[in-house]
Amino acid sequence: MSDAPLLQLRSLSKSFGSVQALNEVDFEVRPGEVMALVGDNGAGKSTLIKCVAGTHAPDSGQILFEGKEVHIHGPKDAAQLGIEVVYQDLALCDNLDVVQNMFLGRETNRFQILNEAAMEFQTQETLKSLAVTTIKSVRQPVATLSGGQRQSVAVAKAVQWNSKLVILDEPTAALGVAQTEQVLALVRRLGEQGLGVVLISHNLHDIFETADRITVLRLGRDVGIFERRATTQQAVVEAITAGLPTKVAGIPSTAGPETAA
Amino acid sequence: MTTEAGASADVVGPDQPKPLEEEELPTGLAGVWARTWLNIRTGNLGPLPIIIGEIAVVIIFGFTATNFFTAVNFTNLINEMAGTAMLAFGVVFVLLLGEIDLSIGYLAGIGALIVAELQLPGSGHQLNGILAMLIAVAAVALIGGVQGSIVAFVGVPSFVVTLAGFLIWQGVILNKLEQRGTIIIQDRWINYTDSYAFSHLAGYLIAAILTLLYPLTVLYKRIAARGTHIAQQNWWGVAARTIGIALAAFGTVAIANHGKVIATSLGLPLSAVILVFFFILLTFIAKSTTFGRHVYAVGGNAEAARRAGINVPRIRVLVFVISGATAAIGGIIFASQVNSVALTFPPGNLLLNAIASAVIGGVSLFGGRGEVRGALLGAVLIGTLQNGLNTLNVSNGWIYIITGLVLLGAVTLDTFGRRLQQRAGR
Repeated sequence: MSDAPLLQLRSLSKSFGSVQALNEVDFEVRPGEVMALVGDNGAGKSTLIKCVAGTHAPDSGQILFEGKEVHIHGPKDAAQLGIEVVYQDLALCDNLDVVQNMFLGRETNRFQILNEAAMEFQTQETLKSLAVTTIKSVRQPVATLSGGQRQSVAVAKAVQWNSKLVILDEPTAALGVAQTEQVLALVRRLGEQGLGVVLISHNLHDIFETADRITVLRLGRDVGIFERRATTQQAVVEAITAGLPTKVAGIPSTAGPETAA
Repeated sequence: MTTEAGASADVVGPDQPKPLEEEELPTGLAGVWARTWLNIRTGNLGPLPIIIGEIAVVIIFGFTATNFFTAVNFTNLINEMAGTAMLAFGVVFVLLLGEIDLSIGYLAGIGALIVAELQLPGSGHQLNGILAMLIAVAAVALIGGVQGSIVAFVGVPSFVVTLAGFLIWQGVILNKLEQRGTIIIQDRWINYTDSYAFSHLAGYLIAAILTLLYPLTVLYKRIAARGTHIAQQNWWGVAARTIGIALAAFGTVAIANHGKVIATSLGLPLSAVILVFFFILLTFIAKSTTFGRHVYAVGGNAEAARRAGINVPRIRVLVFVISGATAAIGGIIFASQVNSVALTFPPGNLLLNAIASAVIGGVSLFGGRGEVRGALLGAVLIGTLQNGLNTLNVSNGWIYIITGLVLLGAVTLDTFGRRLQQRAGR
């Protein structure tokens, strides 16, 4: 694993009115690494990924991608850099089939006429490369898929555009045991293929099965980065509930007036 | 762990992945039956109930009405339903978005009015009929675009915007025609849209071209998918469909050619050709273009479509433009039927018949589901029903009641089918 980070956030801050959602947060992901992002509700996880995805503009701080400072003004900018976000609600169209969803908004076409054969072929190749074997036909509507299959389609959709960084927001929420295993295996495979992966989850068990490192956010601050092999669930839980900021001086470590929403 | 910084996701990993499961259904003729039976069992009836319904209606009227089963009535039927079907095509697109357009009935009237005004001899602005029709369609499409813009950019619900349109355009027609009464259309090109009949030979030629179109598209798709192992339609299914299309096309022309009014022999009416042309064009737009795909996407999940980078307001506006354009074309066909535009325009329950056609044809009111062919089948069923009841001299009241019952029955059947499908996990 190379140590040069793929994505690096330096002292990122963002506030909504009087609420300080992010307070000088440092964060990094290396290529080929699954970095878990954990924290209690309101710790700032969603705000952080929205800053990276271009939905929110940070108030201050730097975003570095592949070593260069970037300014991300919208989802299109993020996609251009190779950053894809798989949101919790998946953003799939139930009435469309797998191929149609995979190419939604980026259909292969010539003079606006769809090239179905090329899209179907590419979809099969992408699913094969991710070893997603549970989907019977790529021409079945997404409405007929199970939760795990839907998650697999959403992830495959995100990675098929030569993306370099994939952000997964709670990919295993609402999944059964077997399907959770499927999706976690898929997440590990993304890392093995050299992508940077940010995994947001409440489920520490999932995280300890997949992540290489774990960043803990608490009340808008980063309170620690843990190597998965060198830590325990208990240490991470402690950081989530009572972690102290690692670098900021002069600000009380417990909850200040600026409790993040 | 080995690292390939920036490696793309479509690089196949070191462990050989298992191939995707192939379709398990048998091939050949057995496959066609297996697939059909599976579809019926799981409630995926497609257009089957409506086709059976149409056949039943034809048989019933064939036995009960004396002058239903005549070639002349057949061409009449085509002319009557062509306008409604044109409006229903536009309704399909609007419903696919999960929107509604209540203004199309009077937009059809505005289209007819513009055409009638522009062809008026001695008015100082008399235009060639074809030019007049093009201007009318463009103008009404623009009106649709304005209504759509209010929906897409301002965010007023389409029900309200087009209800306002319903009132406004009705008012415009009233203002224009209250004193004049009726504008007679004399331009032959405009009147041709409903009354022109092709010669017998030309009719058969058109039928032949139509029949060839389907197998040629299938062939083209096969060539395009060369070497990709993409599942293709079963040859037997293609053959069966081609035969079905041939029967319908040649049958229509043969019956139309058979018709005779006094001494003049009839033929394939131009309105049928116009209808089929727009049917194919709009099906192509819905199924094979980026725009059509985006219409389905926005109707299925507008938020997902927006996140995928689709310009959702643009899609909304364009759909209302289509709705306006098809309404205008339908209106012109209706006007040319009576060679005039009168205060009684649009005829009967045009708006409701058009929406009912699309809904009977399986287009969902909630967006994302339905096809253009559904509107055609629905319009044929409603047209046949109303024509047959008319030839039986049934009162208008009963015609409305029976149409309503058929609408209710079709949608109920569709709802049951959907529940079956869900239970079967499809």
